[in-house]
Amino acid sequence: MKYVDEFRDGELAKNIAANIAREAVPEKIYRLMEFCGGHTHAISRYGLVDLLPDNVRMIHGPGCPVCVLPIGRVDQAIRLAREHGVILCTYADTVRVPASDNLSLMRAKAKGADVRMIYSTQDALKIARDNPEREVVFLAIGFETTTPPTAVAVKQAEASGLNNFSILCDHVLTPAAMHAILAVEGGVALDGFVGPAHVSTVIGSKPYEPFADDYRKPVVIAGFEPLDVMQAILMLVRQINEGRAAVENEFTRAVTREGNLKAQELVAEVFELREVFEWRGLGSVPHSALKLRPRFAAFDAELKFKVDYIAVPDNKACECAAILRGQKRPQECKIFGTVCTPENPVGSCMVSSEGACAAHYSYGRFREAA
Amino acid sequence: MSTIKPNYTRPLDIKNGRVDMSHGSGGRAMAQLISELFAAAFDNEYLAQGNDGATLPVTNGRLVMATDSHVVSPLFFAGGDIGCLSVHGTINDVAVMGAKPLYLSAGFILEEGFPLADLKRIVESMAQASREAGVPVVTGDTKVVEQGKGDGVFITTTGVGVMREGIDLSGDLAQPGDKILLSGSIGDHGMAILSQREGLSFSAPIVSDTAALHGLIAAMLDSGARLRVLRDPTRGGLATTLNEIAKQSGVGMMLQESAIAVNQPVEAACEFLGLDPLYVANEGKLIAICAPEDAQCLLQVMRAHPLGKEASIIGEVLEDAHGFVQMTTKLGGRRVVDWLAGEQLPRIC
Repeated sequence: MKYVDEFRDGELAKNIAANIAREAVPEKIYRLMEFCGGHTHAISRYGLVDLLPDNVRMIHGPGCPVCVLPIGRVDQAIRLAREHGVILCTYADTVRVPASDNLSLMRAKAKGADVRMIYSTQDALKIARDNPEREVVFLAIGFETTTPPTAVAVKQAEASGLNNFSILCDHVLTPAAMHAILAVEGGVALDGFVGPAHVSTVIGSKPYEPFADDYRKPVVIAGFEPLDVMQAILMLVRQINEGRAAVENEFTRAVTREGNLKAQELVAEVFELREVFEWRGLGSVPHSALKLRPRFAAFDAELKFKVDYIAVPDNKACECAAILRGQKRPQECKIFGTVCTPENPVGSCMVSSEGACAAHYSYGRFREAA
Repeated sequence: MSTIKPNYTRPLDIKNGRVDMSHGSGGRAMAQLISELFAAAFDNEYLAQGNDGATLPVTNGRLVMATDSHVVSPLFFAGGDIGCLSVHGTINDVAVMGAKPLYLSAGFILEEGFPLADLKRIVESMAQASREAGVPVVTGDTKVVEQGKGDGVFITTTGVGVMREGIDLSGDLAQPGDKILLSGSIGDHGMAILSQREGLSFSAPIVSDTAALHGLIAAMLDSGARLRVLRDPTRGGLATTLNEIAKQSGVGMMLQESAIAVNQPVEAACEFLGLDPLYVANEGKLIAICAPEDAQCLLQVMRAHPLGKEASIIGEVLEDAHGFVQMTTKLGGRRVVDWLAGEQLPRIC
């Protein structure tokens, strides 16, 4: 397939792998975090770890939209669907995220809640138009990639007077999460970041510059194809070897320094920063998420239905928090692969194939067996 | 001059008519639907007996029986419809057991309000598929449910076949060292359905691979290759079927990604929707596991058949207490090809 096969070429991958192996200093350990779940998926799906020397280690970061969604946020959506009788629309595997009372949106659906999986915010608007007598709430989740389409939907709903449509806004911000990881007291055992692909098409490469300048961590923005990831790892190894810490862009075919200004303006027009937002794993992080501006309050489901956020602690045995911060590996969690599996996820990292635990379980668990 | 008027029933209004509750009530309307639509299309000596069941000759040997319910939406898709699908699916289930499919039964659950014209199209497609396969529909049943309680048409077919002598195929017979063969490209049926459902169109449309495989299977059995397992990777796709076999046989597997054919539009649609073709349904493909020495011979036999032209050896059975199905990726790495967890859902960012 054109524009895809070029980035999945096995021969080229071997060449880059040979360069990494040659240039990585054997005495050194390179601890690289791929922030995005998209990269985690690519690394696991293509078995890229097999192409890397032992001392170049990939740490899965928190950039998986469903993984960082705390239980209380899913509970809110379930309450909307069950107690307020709304049609609750959301993306993909959000429906499988475990919530309180052994529920998830999928299980709530089986108990009679009207939960619908959609591919685009436009689908949610259509459902609202087609069901004028029902309230339709879009559970808006994701990083900067999925925020602009939500902004468009809210503006369209406003323009067309679609008053039965609202959003439960759980959009979160990548740079804030990276700060939260790096700002840990005593520092973190990380030598560099493979920077986000799709997120960076929107926000550009500029927001990562403080990580290089202030924290001295190299960042290489990479596309989601396997060769992108390999090339970014090589670029990181080179920066580390040279003692440099800069933001470099491997994904030049889609990412500029400034990003997509039009999308940024749109997001700024519709959303403002939340004072604080609770992330699964990272805890409460200031200015790390978005909410609707007062002008769009009529489309804010939290206000419209008065569903407050109630924080719920994670399952005690679940190590998602440490895993999302890169402090533990999935296989170091006691319940990994026993109580917690993709069929019955206890923690959210086991839900999406972008989640560190699910990716390791589904694609990589033969490694421990060997 | 006789005063008895000849019986006259107004023919079914196929063009504008719709299924109503009377078509399932056991009365004249039902009798008419059966004779004008079903019996006319399936037309065979067993149905012509007009009894509650079909009387069939008893054959020597072992019987194989398989059943399959079809609830596909949309009912009509590129490459087929629920009618031919319901014939192919059950014939394949009987054939992969190593049996020659002989007869089918068909049970229809119709939703009140379903257009008779669509029903006729479906029944005729079934009839044609059954004629082409040489496996007649010998008995059937029709029920009507109220509007909103069905999804147009549900069809359950049951197939009966007779085992070939000396054939012993089973999911628990795969042995370390055996070769794994696949009869062609994967994901065509599932993506034909899904792309139609999602309104995706491609320059080359995705066509379902729905087909009856008993001809191909007969040729494979005739070849004398020591076959251990035959399966059609339908729901859950290639990955799920291989995991089932690995579990049943208590073995592991190693696949070569580069040997598994995926048609370009299918690959593009999967890419677009965030799906993995390994988990997408097929309706005209089979997996064969055979003794390593016979693999090349079997491959040639498969490739000589129109439904096996793109057959390839995709991997090997391994000794593995964990029962992992693994794959060497095109990039040269290794990964597990796991059971599907729940439903295949697209990723978000």
